[in-house]
Amino acid sequence: MTRIIISSLSHFILLIGILIMVVPVWMIFASSTHTSSMINMNGLQIFLGDSFYENYLRVLLYQGGFFKEITALKMFFNSFIMATGVAILSVVTSLMAAYALVYYRIKHATLLFWIIFITILVPLELRIFPTYSVMAELNLVNSYFGLIVPISASAIATLFFRQFYKTVPDELLESAKLDGANTWRFFVDFLFPLSKTMIVAMLIFMFVFGYNQYLWPLLVTTSEQYWTVVMGLKMMSGSIVHRFAFVMMSMVPPILIIIVLQKHFIKGVFQDK
Amino acid sequence: MSFLDLKNVTKIYPNGTKAVHETSLSIDEGEFMVFVGPSGCGKSTLLRMVAGLEDITEGDINLDGKLINEVDPSERDVAMVFQNYALYPHMNVYNNLAYGLKNRGIDKETIEQKVNDAAKLLQISDYLQRKPSMLSGGQRQRVAMGRAIVRNPKIFLFDEPLSNLDAKLRIQMRLEIKKLQQKVGVTSIFVTHDQVEAMTLADRLAVINNGIIEQLGTPIEIYDNPKSLFVAGFIGSPQMNFLDGNLKNKILSAEGFEIKDINTDFEGEVTLGIRPEHLSQTENGLINLNVDLVEQLGSDNLVYGQLKNKKDFCYRCPGNQTIEKGSNLSLNIENNKYYIFDKSTGKRVN
Ligand SMILES: Nc1ncnc2c1ncn2[C@@H]1O[C@H](COP(=O)(O)OP(=O)(O)O)[C@@H](O)[C@H]1O
Ligand SMILES: [Mg+2]
Repeated sequence: MTRIIISSLSHFILLIGILIMVVPVWMIFASSTHTSSMINMNGLQIFLGDSFYENYLRVLLYQGGFFKEITALKMFFNSFIMATGVAILSVVTSLMAAYALVYYRIKHATLLFWIIFITILVPLELRIFPTYSVMAELNLVNSYFGLIVPISASAIATLFFRQFYKTVPDELLESAKLDGANTWRFFVDFLFPLSKTMIVAMLIFMFVFGYNQYLWPLLVTTSEQYWTVVMGLKMMSGSIVHRFAFVMMSMVPPILIIIVLQKHFIKGVFQDK
Repeated sequence: MSFLDLKNVTKIYPNGTKAVHETSLSIDEGEFMVFVGPSGCGKSTLLRMVAGLEDITEGDINLDGKLINEVDPSERDVAMVFQNYALYPHMNVYNNLAYGLKNRGIDKETIEQKVNDAAKLLQISDYLQRKPSMLSGGQRQRVAMGRAIVRNPKIFLFDEPLSNLDAKLRIQMRLEIKKLQQKVGVTSIFVTHDQVEAMTLADRLAVINNGIIEQLGTPIEIYDNPKSLFVAGFIGSPQMNFLDGNLKNKILSAEGFEIKDINTDFEGEVTLGIRPEHLSQTENGLINLNVDLVEQLGSDNLVYGQLKNKKDFCYRCPGNQTIEKGSNLSLNIENNKYYIFDKSTGKRVN
């Protein structure tokens, strides 16, 4: 009897938690399908209206910004390039850094690793001006390269890959060597497939990280052509329903990436065990 | 020059541990060599130097007429079976076997042919599509063997490959390894700390202690004619009995008895070694044993007890003799089969 009460109580609490998270999002979505005069007069809506296509299409194609040079579509494109670039580049660099730190005879490899690791204490915001001036010197302001590269070295991902490599038994490497594998083949044929699950997890993590960047893109782009979605959230002008529609759409790419990659993620977890 | 030649090979680890001291050894083509010795004596280190997994601090290793000191392990054409098998967890059995061949650039049909042949030989054909995690210990062992065989290397190296198996499987696999090696005829080095395994597998045996080969020979040579106290104690089960004694004018006086006309000029403190199986019951024998315990193995009885001076002693007799606990046995040494060692150096003197 008491177990049923405890169980229903905990379900009740969890349900409330879900409501707290979901209801605001739903209300924004519901409101974004009405006309703006409707929202202006009656406030936020719980039920769906019938202006969905009208509002969303307009937002996607509307020429926004101060100079009216950018559409939401272009912002999504920019954000996608940036987030994908950050995800791939940071995973690749971390994989390589961890590989070198664990498998090459580097003097003071542990010390080097901790030096890399403490860069976590120096977030982008702290080094943003020197980083900007480097980019400006190199003429990389207003370029995808400038958006992506300065935030694509991840100490966290390096940590994860390094710790994983350290759990791979030495005999595996030795066995592979005797089977004629060189360092490159060992990486490609062993470490890469063995760490697939972790790679996918890191790709998701770094994609969302790149997608959510605000301050850096704001600083390093002066041309509206390079605006990203998160910048657009602040900069987009227009009526309230259009802003709501834009907010809703801005949530789609990270969710999509998780849904697409999660399949591999879970498959990896089950295959390894 | 023989097939594999180790000349004054020394290994000092970076932390200063001297694991192998100036070891020289020749192994002929097709020979099954076993390195046996207690844990930490440097067997694995020696083997890993042959494989190229450890640098050689000093000395030379020649394989098939070629100096291989500086040759990368991937180019040595040796295959190794590890204690924990080191199978590739993300590849199925087929690819585990095929991987080394692929790296050699062998064409697909030949690989398939070779893998299937090896799988048949080892009776793992049914598991080729399975991942190692879905195999039993014995099956994994076979896959590890298959991975070595399929490449037809110059030399097989085994580092205690049977120690993760249960006792019954170990004996079975031991037999299979021996048969397989005879069939394939590849030169092999097998490392073990188990002297029974060593005796049963070896064409020749190297007994290693503290980084030094104490004795090299066929199993029977070593059993019949141990050159040192260490070898005498290590080879043979149950262990050889050791008694303190003193040697003077070719007369050995142990505690409680004397042996005359010993074939040596050595004089001084000695250790007398007698194997439990080299004793027999007689009237008025040299040795008086108070029986504490009898282990009946069926074919044999192992009789444990104490001498007059409370020294532990073991006697092995045929299983059809009944021996009571608490009885007193009078024993003689058969055919003068006793071993005398210099107590200070451990060297054999008779
Ligand atoms: N990587 C290493 N670094 C330092 N000392 C080692 C290393 N590997 C083994 N040793 C030492 O070398 C000696 C021989 O080891 P090993 O060859 O593994 O012995 P065995 O295989 O006979 O048990 C031991 O004393 C061991 O502690
Ligand atoms: Mg060992």
